[in-house]
Amino acid sequence: MFSFKIATRFLRFSLGQTILIVAGIAIGVSVQVFIGLLIQGLQKDLVDTTIGNSSQITVRPARGENNIEDWEMIFNEIEQNQEGIRALSPSADGPAFVLGEDRGDSVLVRGFQFDDAEGIYSFNEKIMEGFMPDPGEVMVGETLKDELDLALGEEIELATAEGKTEKYRISGFFDFKVANINATWILTTLDTAQELFGLDKSVTAIEMQVEDVFLADTIGGQIEELIDNEKIVVENWKDQNQELLSGLNGQSISSIMIQVFVMVSVILGISSVLAITVMQKSKEIGILKAMGIKDGTASRIFLVQGLLLGVFGAALGVALGLGLSVAFTKFAVNPDGSPIIALYINYGFIALSGGIAVLACLLASLIPARKSLKLNPIEVIRNG
Amino acid sequence: MADMIRLEKINKVYGEKIKTQVLFDIDLSFEKGSFNSIIGASGSGKSTLLNIIGTLDQPTSGKVFIGGNETSALGKKDLAVLRNKTLGFIFQFHYLLPEFTSFENVLMPHRIKGGPITKEIEDRANEIMDMVGLSAVKTNMANNMSGGQQQRTAIARALMNKPDIILADEPTGNLDSESTETVYKILRDINEKLETTFVIITHDRRIAEKADRIVEVKDGRIEMDIKR
Ligand SMILES: Nc1ncnc2c1ncn2[C@@H]1O[C@H](COP(=O)(O)OP(=O)(O)OP(=O)(O)O)[C@@H](O)[C@H]1O
Ligand SMILES: [Mg+2]
Repeated sequence: MFSFKIATRFLRFSLGQTILIVAGIAIGVSVQVFIGLLIQGLQKDLVDTTIGNSSQITVRPARGENNIEDWEMIFNEIEQNQEGIRALSPSADGPAFVLGEDRGDSVLVRGFQFDDAEGIYSFNEKIMEGFMPDPGEVMVGETLKDELDLALGEEIELATAEGKTEKYRISGFFDFKVANINATWILTTLDTAQELFGLDKSVTAIEMQVEDVFLADTIGGQIEELIDNEKIVVENWKDQNQELLSGLNGQSISSIMIQVFVMVSVILGISSVLAITVMQKSKEIGILKAMGIKDGTASRIFLVQGLLLGVFGAALGVALGLGLSVAFTKFAVNPDGSPIIALYINYGFIALSGGIAVLACLLASLIPARKSLKLNPIEVIRNG
Repeated sequence: MADMIRLEKINKVYGEKIKTQVLFDIDLSFEKGSFNSIIGASGSGKSTLLNIIGTLDQPTSGKVFIGGNETSALGKKDLAVLRNKTLGFIFQFHYLLPEFTSFENVLMPHRIKGGPITKEIEDRANEIMDMVGLSAVKTNMANNMSGGQQQRTAIARALMNKPDIILADEPTGNLDSESTETVYKILRDINEKLETTFVIITHDRRIAEKADRIVEVKDGRIEMDIKR
């Protein structure tokens, strides 16, 4: 293409200037990519620590009900018909007291089918000592262990509100890195908990994790419709973490603001530079017009220039931005060597940043392209 | 012989508020294949006239016919095509594109026409460049040549699309007398070989006298018109 050839020649001829423009665009794009990825990584970290190891959607008995009787039906229904669920696990939970000399601690006994629950709680990573409990056994948190001076293989006696007491062997200790959980949770198998609380075969909750955590409310609504049962309610983490959500939202908005301003300044920079190039090249354009170049072809020269500058600038900017992000995760680390903010590479976002930059350059080059339309060869020839 | 160029009652007025009339009711035509010169004092209106012939400028009133077509009836695109295929321009300054080599500059009108660069086209460009004595500098960038070489490149470029008409505005104004002589020989040669119509503005009476016809412009009117 003729205008492409001229455009590349123009760019190559004033190579220093071209490099400067490309560098300008690249820096803009890299700042955008870096800040964007950083904030997204930060948000992902935050969401992960908040809800990464907890139920994101929970089916509970409705007000007035104590348990979910036909839970297996509901469980199968969700498992088979609901999209977007990553993990699905029933639990039988109830409050209890630890009995013994000066032991009156109230605890939460949680009974799981551990194969299912692993997908939500990752227990295997959290065992400090011992093993997952078999029926008749329990696992206790680190904090409670220290408080009560417990040891593996010892027995612990629990009493329920109904007055039932039972002794269990301690199979292991866990550390959830959350003091409250470490102090109050006592884990056991589903059967054991059902028996302790006299639940028969029923459970008290069905817990879930979803593939896209931000869709938890939508999926929760779908589940409610799917099950259509007045004896249960469906809760989701979003409804229960409004503050976190509005915090994340505010962060997203300020990050978008930063990105918009970076982009605007890049566009202003490019368009003014491109506007100057049309002045610089007006002699050439004028003489090309005297030789019969069509106005459309002439203005396309500038569009192609804008496109090329945009593509190279964006590509370089993305590379630079990724490099910055990687460097940041390498150098900004916690004492244990793990990065303060984990690198989260969102390809969609990167492509979008690059795409916007290319589009912006194309837009910016519309100005010189239009200017070149008006350029009359006679001006050039008359004024030398 | 048929008229290649015909001007009818051309007037040109510059300026919006303060109007200065530069050309007055010019009637003038040039035959196909003729070699014409235009002379006249500085400011008499020669360049204005030539630019109007070349459709680079528009007359305030009057009509311009190129090869029988009235140019004011043509749209922008058709004018561009006319300039590309029918007209060749040589100016006092060469106006080569500095981003391209001498050879590429010569090919430029063909590229603008949109034709592919075939072996024949390259041969033709080479032939023209050899003819104007540029064999040695074909791959030089436009700025890395002497003034005379640049001007000859501009001439070669004007010839590339085999135009019917070549309009030249003081083409040798920046050259020494020897180069001037060479350039005119080249132009005259082309005129004879290809029957190209030439209209050349010059200050140099010796050059003008070698033309088939001398038109003298004075204060925007034709003062004298001599055919040999
Ligand atoms: N854009 C313009 N606006 C106003 N007046 C103009 C303009 N261009 C040219 N003129 C005037 O028109 C007259 C003719 O100019 P023109 O360039 O045609 O002269 P010329 O015969 O080519 O002179 P020279 O030999 O010096 O090149 C001059 O008086 C000039 O001042
Ligand atoms: Mg002049």
